[in-house]
Amino acid sequence: MSKARTSFARTGAVHVALIAYTLVALFPVFLTIANSFKSRNAIFREPLAIPTPETFSLIGYETVLKQGDFIGYFQNSVVVTVVSIALVLLFGAMAAFALSEYRFRGNTLMGLYLALGIMIPIRLGTVAILQGMVATNLVNTLTALILVYTAQGLPLAVFILSEFMRTVSDDLKNAGRIDGLSEYAIFFRLVLPLIRPAMATVAVFTMIPIWNDLWFPLILAPAETTKTVTLGSQIFIGQFVTNWNAVLSALSLAIFPVLVLYVIFSRQLIRGITAGAVK
Amino acid sequence: MKPRETTLEVGELKRPRRWHILVFLLPALIVYTAVMILPLIETLRQSFYNTVDGQYAFVGLGNFKVLFGDPRWAADFWNALRNNFVFFLIHMAVQNPIGIALAAMLSIPKLRFSAFYRTAIFLPTLLSFVIVGFIWKLILSPIWGVAPYLMDLVWLKWLFAPWLGRPDSALIAVSLISVWQYVGIPMMLIYAALLNIPDEVIEAAELDGVTGWSQFWKIKLPLVLPAIGIVSILTFVGNFNAFDLIYTVQGALAGPDGSTDILGTLLYRTFFGFQLQLGDRSMGATIAAIMFLIILAGVSLYLFVIQRRMRRYQF
Repeated sequence: MSKARTSFARTGAVHVALIAYTLVALFPVFLTIANSFKSRNAIFREPLAIPTPETFSLIGYETVLKQGDFIGYFQNSVVVTVVSIALVLLFGAMAAFALSEYRFRGNTLMGLYLALGIMIPIRLGTVAILQGMVATNLVNTLTALILVYTAQGLPLAVFILSEFMRTVSDDLKNAGRIDGLSEYAIFFRLVLPLIRPAMATVAVFTMIPIWNDLWFPLILAPAETTKTVTLGSQIFIGQFVTNWNAVLSALSLAIFPVLVLYVIFSRQLIRGITAGAVK
Repeated sequence: MKPRETTLEVGELKRPRRWHILVFLLPALIVYTAVMILPLIETLRQSFYNTVDGQYAFVGLGNFKVLFGDPRWAADFWNALRNNFVFFLIHMAVQNPIGIALAAMLSIPKLRFSAFYRTAIFLPTLLSFVIVGFIWKLILSPIWGVAPYLMDLVWLKWLFAPWLGRPDSALIAVSLISVWQYVGIPMMLIYAALLNIPDEVIEAAELDGVTGWSQFWKIKLPLVLPAIGIVSILTFVGNFNAFDLIYTVQGALAGPDGSTDILGTLLYRTFFGFQLQLGDRSMGATIAAIMFLIILAGVSLYLFVIQRRMRRYQF
């Protein structure tokens, strides 16, 4: 009886704590989106109120949408992010498998070499990267961004995935070998499905810096046709610093694609985590 | 790939070559080396070069002597380094404990709405620095008055100050904004690690009467220590590369009065120039080299001391 009550109280406390933190996480986003639909006076008079018929206004969005091509920016960001993540996951998992599964000369050295990239920000090499892209005629192409982001994401992917691959039981792989599976089949059919949760985690961590990056789009692909959402919204906001309606609308427009992407993506992540936990 | 294989065929005579290892490694290796390592080496090389009498020449450690010897450079550098350590310590002290606590709560079996909480709390991590920086600038702005209004609701209005504008609080404020944004990463990594603890281990603990708090401290936390180690080193590296948020919130000068200047912003100003100051490629490369050494030291500490001491459990 009393045990049931304490567990009830504990669950209640957990919910209170989680709701409190959820509010902290969501409030700034809510505040921005709610105020982007209000008239200038209402933004200042009642910042916390949701828009009502009297205070509703789309003036900010009108200002922002008159300039620039948000759909084009969004497409660029999606192409760059999705292709980079796919390459990072495939190449990263393959390399992680080689490092965690086989003993060969130079294994440790190779692991350290690949791990170097976790600690060195690829940005430190920007000047030489730009020189290289100019030389290969890749400036102002999405390919340049994809190459940079694949290189940037690989070290962390290899590092995390090999941590997880060490937890895959050796018995399973050896059973596969006895059954005559090739090393490639063991990797693609036995190991990859088992580390799916780790892959989902790596995908999220790879995606964030790519989607959010301002630096390389600005330097490698600043052309109108190759601008990403982050670069596009940064330029918007820079233009409208004193126009609060426009700033809040530009921010909301920049948040919106992330929200959509996340709603699609988080399902996959949750399915990945719950489906094939490594056990 | 093919030509490479034929050149290596000589070795095959001695013992069977395990080609699959090469095939697994090669794609990652090529992209990584060509786009990341070679440009980085080239940049580091430039830290030993400078323009002397109009000639681009090797100057040895000359650039480093200027950085540590010239009072103007040295003051900026030590200021940035100290701020960077404060930035990192705030992350370790605030972000990671919150992340662990959230992960522990989310991993409670059969917790209702846990998918919703997880989704919501991770959301800020997905927003770009541009968005986060501008949103918090607006919220903390005394002109809009959202922050003082909210604090008034809990009778704390007297505590409010334009934190971002004051040299003694700006760095803490920026660090906390960064914590707000990135708490999702430790949460997710540790959450995944907690889910990977086998049920048998938990069941055995419960049979022995180890439940609730003591189960968390004695069973789960030790088992997720490797994940916490990864989180810590990622935080260290991330913080010593940080640049974007401070650039968005406080500008390239990292004001007020350089109080939020960290190595990333110092590198940016030096490398690319700012306002009247001209960009200096060689000094920029020098600062990049110092950042490289700091990060190298931290990661070596993790790899060779901390990770070695951690026990690995195979289930």
